[in-house]
Amino acid sequence: MKCDVCKEAEATVHLTQIVSGAMQKIDLCETCAKAKGVSDPTGFSLADLLLGLGQEGSTSSASLVAEMRCPGCGMTQTDFKKSGRLGCSQCYDTFVDGLAPLLKSMHKGEQHIGKTPPGHSENMAFAERLKVLRRDLDHAIKSEHFETAAELRDRIKKLEQESRAKIKT
Amino acid sequence: MPKSKPEHIPSGPPTPGELPDNIVISSRVRLARNLQGHPFPGWAKKPDRLRIVEVVRPIVQETSDMEGGFSETMDNLSAIEKQVLVERHLISREHAAKNVGSAIVINRAGTLAVMINEEDHMRMQAIMPGFHLHQVYQLIDQLDSKLGAKLPFAFSPKLGFLTACPTNVGTGMRASAMIHLPALVLTDHINKIVQAVNKLGLAVRGLYGEGTEALGNLFQISNQTTLGEKESDILDRLVKVIAEIVKHEQNARLTLLEKNPRMVYDHVGRAYGILANAQTITSKETMNLLSMLSLGIDLGLFDELTHAMVDQLFMDTQPAHLQRNHNNQKMAAEDRDGLRADYIRAKLLGIKRPKFAPIPKKTQDDKEESK
Ligand SMILES: [Zn+2]
Ligand SMILES: [Zn+2]
Repeated sequence: MKCDVCKEAEATVHLTQIVSGAMQKIDLCETCAKAKGVSDPTGFSLADLLLGLGQEGSTSSASLVAEMRCPGCGMTQTDFKKSGRLGCSQCYDTFVDGLAPLLKSMHKGEQHIGKTPPGHSENMAFAERLKVLRRDLDHAIKSEHFETAAELRDRIKKLEQESRAKIKT
Repeated sequence: MPKSKPEHIPSGPPTPGELPDNIVISSRVRLARNLQGHPFPGWAKKPDRLRIVEVVRPIVQETSDMEGGFSETMDNLSAIEKQVLVERHLISREHAAKNVGSAIVINRAGTLAVMINEEDHMRMQAIMPGFHLHQVYQLIDQLDSKLGAKLPFAFSPKLGFLTACPTNVGTGMRASAMIHLPALVLTDHINKIVQAVNKLGLAVRGLYGEGTEALGNLFQISNQTTLGEKESDILDRLVKVIAEIVKHEQNARLTLLEKNPRMVYDHVGRAYGILANAQTITSKETMNLLSMLSLGIDLGLFDELTHAMVDQLFMDTQPAHLQRNHNNQKMAAEDRDGLRADYIRAKLLGIKRPKFAPIPKKTQDDKEESK
């Protein structure tokens, strides 16, 4: 059996995992397994690997968002595939389509039921208000209501400064 | 070098069924946290990382927990100092590789540590000797709440705490216990245990975490998943499994003593013989032999030797500790091995060799059974 990555060397590492509800099997040679950081077959590496290989089928959702760039940090799906690490907290929204099946495959559930940070409601209020304002701004620009847009831009700037000021204290 | 007189601990004859033990060495809980609106350390540019250290470090330092503690940026620590922190399990090997733009804050007792800009903006841990996972969680939970009141953590109601790696999202919690399983290794039962633990969604790792060897018969058991389960449920699950493993180790010890005392005594006796007489010894061999001394203590084979002394030897003979205690200078491996052997011989000078109980003659049946 040949290695799924380099298609040359004999595969000696065989992994199976449930990814997006389907059994996925992957065969790797020693070198590629090491290069991909596969040491723990029960860990997240296989799911990551499958996304990284860009195979057809189960990863179609991943290739759909391949061109996307996170507005928060500039990371692309390709960057994520390379490192297996996200660029910022907003990446979770940006790459939600690719991430959802991945998270489902490696965790017990899909909904957080643990601790909530004490400052959370306040931060959420900021984030929610910003989201609404940005959406309104988008509409205003598209419908060419430039006066409203300018006003919204000011409000967004002010809110961002407020939330940044919170970090500084 | 600190000189401590071996304390004489009176020990009665071993009472099977109620063997004293030192199986769970330590309990640790680590939380991953990030600040919203800032790129994660691995993707951030240097000025971003410096800014995070600038914002987070004073807030961590100013908590009452960190009073009189230690705080430093990683670029201000020498390679030996960083390695000492790794050997004490206060920073990860990954964090030891960091320089400008990362920092570490540790409390006075060494029970709390906050790595700033490791893989996440903050990796905070509490660690304590013994089997106290819930207590250790409380310690870190309190610090986390204090920090969370002052810093806007990246958090989503759906996914919980948002982390650089999707494997940590949700609680951001990795709870683990370091356990000493010499009898399960000697009886070759360890692989079955590891497989069973893996099946339960828990991870088994070596002494220094991911991808490291199980030196000194030490294993780290930790939770694998972080989303969709409450912290307390994850801890309960872990505690239950670890308690079960401890029971298996205790049984394996009793079985060994009963069925094959000569084998156990041989391991402990040789370990003592080598450690008390070697002229050069590697860190790896030292750890494996100290594991046997520790088992010997649990089995009541030593009068003077204590777990505290073995733990001290274990720590002081690791490469960075050894070099730090010896002029704080980098040494070649061969020189370290000589120094290590000298140090151990000196420490074991006052320790009498193990006293073995007479081994009962085996009947033919026993021989077949123990095969
Ligand atoms: Zn290959
Ligand atoms: Zn991003």
